[in-house]
Amino acid sequence: MVETLPRSRPAGRAGKQGAPARRRRSPWAVLRENLVWVAAVLALIYLLLPNLVVVLFSFNKPNGRFNYTWQRFSLDAWRDPCGAPGMCESLSLSLKIGLAATLVSTLFGTMIAFALARYRFRGRTGSNLLIFLPMATPEVVMGSSLLTLFVSTGIPLGRTTILIAHIMFCLSYVVVTVKARLAGLDPRLEQAAADLYANELQTFRRITLPLAAPGIAAGALLAFSLSFDDYIITNFNASNASITFPMYVWGAAARGTPVQINVIGTAMFLLAVVAVAIGQLAGRTRTRVRTR
Amino acid sequence: MTSGAQSSGVQAVLEQPGGARPGAGRPRRRVAGVPYFLLLPGLLWLAVFFVVPMIFLLSQSLQTGSLETGYRLTFRFATYTDALSDFYRQFFRSFLYAFLATVLALLIGYPLAYAIALKSGRWKALLLVIVVAPFFTSFLLRTLAWQTILNSDGLVMKFFRGTHLIELTSALGWTNGSQLLSSPLAVVTGLTYNFLPFMILPLFASLDRLDPRLLEAAGDLYATPFTAFRRVTLPMSMPGVVAGTLLTFIPAAGDYINSRLLGNPNTAMIGQVIEGYFLRINDYPTAAALSFALMLTILVLVSVYIRKSGTEELV
Repeated sequence: MVETLPRSRPAGRAGKQGAPARRRRSPWAVLRENLVWVAAVLALIYLLLPNLVVVLFSFNKPNGRFNYTWQRFSLDAWRDPCGAPGMCESLSLSLKIGLAATLVSTLFGTMIAFALARYRFRGRTGSNLLIFLPMATPEVVMGSSLLTLFVSTGIPLGRTTILIAHIMFCLSYVVVTVKARLAGLDPRLEQAAADLYANELQTFRRITLPLAAPGIAAGALLAFSLSFDDYIITNFNASNASITFPMYVWGAAARGTPVQINVIGTAMFLLAVVAVAIGQLAGRTRTRVRTR
Repeated sequence: MTSGAQSSGVQAVLEQPGGARPGAGRPRRRVAGVPYFLLLPGLLWLAVFFVVPMIFLLSQSLQTGSLETGYRLTFRFATYTDALSDFYRQFFRSFLYAFLATVLALLIGYPLAYAIALKSGRWKALLLVIVVAPFFTSFLLRTLAWQTILNSDGLVMKFFRGTHLIELTSALGWTNGSQLLSSPLAVVTGLTYNFLPFMILPLFASLDRLDPRLLEAAGDLYATPFTAFRRVTLPMSMPGVVAGTLLTFIPAAGDYINSRLLGNPNTAMIGQVIEGYFLRINDYPTAAALSFALMLTILVLVSVYIRKSGTEELV
């Protein structure tokens, strides 16, 4: 009995490689291993199913106003993406607000992340709490509280109030994203720069900022997608003259959805896949270069 | 560089602090002024447009009057008891649905995060893209797509009818009669779906940090795969579980998109009531009281949960 045990556990070899050891598995273990994949694939289908529907129905030619049931294949909506009245105006408003909100929240958020990750100071815990709270607040509460502020102080609702709100809720997510990146950086790289007579500014510009850049980019991407996609908070702080794309989609859901909405949805999905894929590839090459 | 750096772009999203390499990037300088200068614009923004509005919301909930005649602060606390006795059902329902959605998202998201982090090998980056990409299509549009998926002519509905599942779910009160749409089941399906990426990403971030050698060691010490999972993998992924459940539960409790687009009046959640009282009925004190009560309830639940789960690093 004692002799058979070591043979079944090639521990020394596997331990060094850090990879799962190749050993004979019982049928039950094999089944369980595949169960994880079965569950994972089902989860992926659940995640992607609505996207597939959005893509599919962008090629539909609905009979009535509602694009819910498949009628017949058509490229009409793709040929005339701005054919739905008001949709492209709302899209361009969302893009403008999204870009402005991303710019400001990424700048302010990155500054906060640097302060929190690099300095010890009085009020650090309080600052962390203030940054955590917006993420722990439901959107409907943030939207309604801003509405009471704007109404009580007589600030007219419109693009400015939407932008104010978007910067507010994007800020925390940028801070968390950039902070995570900064926390993962090796402090010895900055120390080495200092040892090589780089001053603070040079170290920051040549070492810290480039290393933090992927985190800042991820934060900006997240901020843009949060701003671009927000309906609940925007709905509380918009006027009838400032219709963002999600507000347009919401309105269309009641009136009858034009197929063009699905075209925009499909285009956004494809753009996102390409952007994320490029980001992943770029990240991977950088890592490889750095390791060498 | 560890494998974690490979997927840093996606991974950094929603990654919880505290799990980084020990000693890395620890605050170390003490320069008077500089951190305050860095914090000033952002924190001022949050103070003016997050904290101050909360005070206005609280004040609004204690005022009497109307939008036309103006409001006066009268400290009428009865607004709270009136509003809650009128809408305790929607209030309770919001937390029930959010809880169900969180549990389902955990059950659905954990195997996926586990497979990507520990079993996907070189497919890891691609799988992460697939998880994150749906995030970028308008979520309203994706929720509307569920109307198509669940409608009475859809494949899902045919499956439910074919297998007579629909009788069972209707008997349980999850669906109404012969349809899936406009039912609690549809709302919870939508909620789970909408917040699933918020569950998967933190889970992935913590599972990806797990050293596979620990599982090897567990195996060497005669742990069965299940024991290794229960004693090693699961405890080590707890920060991800806590972050994921919070990021799912909090927005789900305040959501009204899913209950509106996929439900019926009997599935109304509290967010729906708040929105209606603010934007259509224009009864600001009632709406503010409900909104503030929602905020307080969530804060209490979250702080109890964080204390129980022992992960204070989140804050």
